[in-house]
Amino acid sequence: MSVQAAVDKLKARFGETVLATSEFRGETTVVVKKEEIVAVCAFLKEDLGFNFLTDLCGVDYMGQVPRFMVVYQLYNIGTHTRLRIKTPVEENDARLDTVSGVWATANWLERECWDLMGITFNNHPDLRRILLPADWEGHPLRKDYPVQGPDREPYQGRLQ
Amino acid sequence: MGVEETLGNNIITTSLDKIVNWSRASSLWPLTFGLACCAIEMMATGAARFDLDRFGVLFRASPRQADVIIIAGTVTKKMLPVIQTVYEQMPEPRYVIAMGACACSGGIFDTYSTVQGIDEYLPVDVYVPGCPPRPEGLLYGIMKLQEKIMKERNSFGAAIGVGERISV
Repeated sequence: MSVQAAVDKLKARFGETVLATSEFRGETTVVVKKEEIVAVCAFLKEDLGFNFLTDLCGVDYMGQVPRFMVVYQLYNIGTHTRLRIKTPVEENDARLDTVSGVWATANWLERECWDLMGITFNNHPDLRRILLPADWEGHPLRKDYPVQGPDREPYQGRLQ
Repeated sequence: MGVEETLGNNIITTSLDKIVNWSRASSLWPLTFGLACCAIEMMATGAARFDLDRFGVLFRASPRQADVIIIAGTVTKKMLPVIQTVYEQMPEPRYVIAMGACACSGGIFDTYSTVQGIDEYLPVDVYVPGCPPRPEGLLYGIMKLQEKIMKERNSFGAAIGVGERISV
């Protein structure tokens, strides 16, 4: 099944949940509502054969509404096709359901996303920090986190 | 007749400082402990081409048997408690070599996650600059540490509770 056929089936199955689709240099992206993310992912895996979650990450578009985007990079091992799923997440409600029940690897990827970006995953079995020390405060990959850490004067440039 | 003939050429006289320092400087055992790309250069320094063994420098796998810890690479805040624990497990006298820009100053990693120089937490004896330093650089740093050890005074006395160690 081609990627386009998969996108068509996804649209036919979920309708309004699919917010947008786009293609750039042979890479297909589908934007979906976060409320249906688990159902969408389960459909993609069980019915459309996207059995491998290559990566899951968060993106901070600070200044835009909604602020965050969670990105799922999918791969169909059978047909060698890739599909990118994105879902917008608001700043004041930075949470969405976990897909670790669909792909087990999402467990650690979602931990990383929460650790660095501060996006909470509902019903996650073990949402602990995975990269930073356990007692760390804050989520450093957010754009409003001081890059040199909160306990240091920010670097002003050597010509100051 | 007398003492000279009884003992022949089998005795030397020296000061305690000199013989203690000489033995310490000549068997400086670093801990097998690498953090980043500098560790690759450290391994190259230990291997056949540069051959640290010829200076009596043998890597030891346990901090209990090590005299010097070479901080070879970027120190992240997550790794820092491990380094401090390992350092505290080393018997005294113990020495620290900061190898490379990251261990000396944080290097290019001027970020929230990186310690800006291991000297904020451990007493560094020798700084080896470079990114990473070539094996010759590390060798020179180790030889500088040996020179520093040779200048110590009363380190043996301090170890048995007589006076203080005088480090130059």
